[in-house]
Amino acid sequence: MAAGPPAGRKRVQNRMAEKFVAKASEMTDGDRRIVFVGDHEIGVFRHEGRYYAYSNFCLHQGGPACEGLTIAKVEERLRPDKTSQGLYFSETEMHFVCPWHGMEYDMKTGECVSDRKMKLKKYQVLEKGDEVYVVA
Amino acid sequence: MDLIADRGRRVTVEELNTSRLLAHARKQAVQRKLDDMLIVDVDAHHYENENFKEFIPYMENDVLKQLTMQSIAKSRGGIMPQNVGYQDMGGRVTRYPMRGSEKTDEKGHLRDVQLGHRWMDAMSVDYSCLFPTGMLNIGMHPQKEMEVELCWAYNRWLTEEVMPNAENRFFSMLCLPFNDADEALRQVETFGGRKHVGGFMVTTVRNTGVQENQYMKVYRAIEERGLVLSFHSGPNWAEPIFKTCNRFLSVHALGFSWYNILHCTNWVINGMGERFPKLPVVWIESGLAWVPFLMQKLDHEYMLRPSEAPLLKKKPSEYMRDMYYSTQPMEIQDMQALECTFRMINAETQLMYSSDYPHWDFDLPSTISDLPFLTEKAKHNILGGTAARLFKLPPRNEKQKANLQKFGNLTAAA
Repeated sequence: MAAGPPAGRKRVQNRMAEKFVAKASEMTDGDRRIVFVGDHEIGVFRHEGRYYAYSNFCLHQGGPACEGLTIAKVEERLRPDKTSQGLYFSETEMHFVCPWHGMEYDMKTGECVSDRKMKLKKYQVLEKGDEVYVVA
Repeated sequence: MDLIADRGRRVTVEELNTSRLLAHARKQAVQRKLDDMLIVDVDAHHYENENFKEFIPYMENDVLKQLTMQSIAKSRGGIMPQNVGYQDMGGRVTRYPMRGSEKTDEKGHLRDVQLGHRWMDAMSVDYSCLFPTGMLNIGMHPQKEMEVELCWAYNRWLTEEVMPNAENRFFSMLCLPFNDADEALRQVETFGGRKHVGGFMVTTVRNTGVQENQYMKVYRAIEERGLVLSFHSGPNWAEPIFKTCNRFLSVHALGFSWYNILHCTNWVINGMGERFPKLPVVWIESGLAWVPFLMQKLDHEYMLRPSEAPLLKKKPSEYMRDMYYSTQPMEIQDMQALECTFRMINAETQLMYSSDYPHWDFDLPSTISDLPFLTEKAKHNILGGTAARLFKLPPRNEKQKANLQKFGNLTAAA
C-alpha cells in the first residue's frame, strides 16, 4: 500500500545510474541527503563514518521514511530475576524514523524494527575520492 | 530546525511545510486519480488552543470569561482538562514539535484554514469535518458551567469566523456540553440551522450514561433537524483502570476503543435505535476491530438476557449495523480479519473515511483505495459517497459528479 515508484512502468535493466550525492567532506556523521534518480527517491545517511542509502518511501503508508529524526534504539534492560531495570538508549543501534507516523528503521539494515521481515530497498553507495555517489 | 534525539544529540530537520511533508501523499493521489473521486474526511482536527484569544471572547458569562481571559493571557493557567500523553513520540513525529515553524500567509485565511487546505489538497480530500483537539477532553471538566461556556464560544467562533471563510471545504459536528443536557439542547437549537453544521458531537471520555433520560430531548432535537449525532473517542490516562498501564501505547490503544465500546453498549442495549430510528449515529476514532467484538459480545448476552433490553426488536449487532463508523485508525495488520470486519459492519453503506490529520496516527485515502477486497462502489462510498449523502455535500468537479451519480450518491449531495 505504500506509494513507491509508479507500478507497471517498464524498468530498463542493467542500466544502473550513478547519482552524485555530496562531497564527502561536506557530510559529517548524522547528515543525510535526499536524491532523486528517475522514479527513485533515495535517502543517503552518513553514520559512524559509513554511508547507508534506502528508498525514501515508508513501507507503512508511503511517507518520506528517510526525512525524519535519527534516534538510538530504545531498549528495556532486565535483571537476572526478570524484573525491569527501565528504558535506555542503545549504545550501538541507530534508527531513522519516518516523520509521518513514527515507523522506525534500522540504520544499518533498513529493516523495520517492529517487523524485521519488512525492509526498505537498499542502494549501493560509492565513494570516489571526495565524492559520494548512489547507484540506482 | 534542530530536534533533540538520544542523549541530547541534535538532529537538523527541514522546517515544516505541510505540502512538502505530504508530497508522497500527493503522489499517491495522482497515481490513483483520487481527484476524480469525491473524498470526505469525517474526522480531522485543528489545535483550537492556538486560537483561544480568538474564541474565548465569545463566552457569555462575564465572570467566567474574565477568569479564562486572564488565564490564557498569562499563558500559565490551564483552562481545559489536561491529559498526560506523548502523541509526538519524543519528536519522532516531527510535525508536532515543528508545528510553529510552518509559515502561512498573514493576509490569507485563518492559519488553521490554510494549514487544513494544504493537507487536504495533498491527500485529495475535498471536505473535512473539523474537530478540536484539546477540547476532546471537555467532558472531564470539573465545572459544568465552564464546559457549557467553552463549547458555546468555540461553536460560535467556528460557525461565524472559521468555516464561513474556508472556501466551503470544512464542516463540523459541533461539540456538545453534554454534562448539561439543557444547555446541550440550547446549542442544538442555536447552531443546528447554521451553514456548515452537519450535526453534533459528544466526546466520549466522560462518566455520564448516554441512555439517561435527560438526553432524550437532545437526541430528538438533532433527529428532527435531520442532523447527525457522533461520538468521538479519546485516551484518558487518569481513568482509574488505565492507571495500571505504564506505556502511552497501551493507554492510547485501549482508551480510544474503550470509551466508544462503553457508550455504544449503553446506546444499543437501551434501545436508542428504536427510540430514534431516523437519527444517524457515527462512532468516531476507535478504529474498527472493536465493532465485531462488541457485536458478538452483545448478541451473546442478549440471547440469554432479553429481559434486560426489552426495547430491542432485533439483535444488538443489527442495531450496530444501522449505525456509521469512521475508518481511522484502521487496523490493517491482518487482511482477512479486516475483510471480515468490513463484512460485519456493512462497510459499503456504513463506513466513512477519516484521516484524523494532523494527529500522529493519521490514515491516507490510499488505506481504503488500495484494499484488495473492496468493490469500486464500496471504495467510492467509503471515501466520500456515503458522507456526501449524509452531510449533503456537492461534488467539486465533473468527474466527481459522474462518480457520485454512478454509485447512487448524487441526489442528496447536489
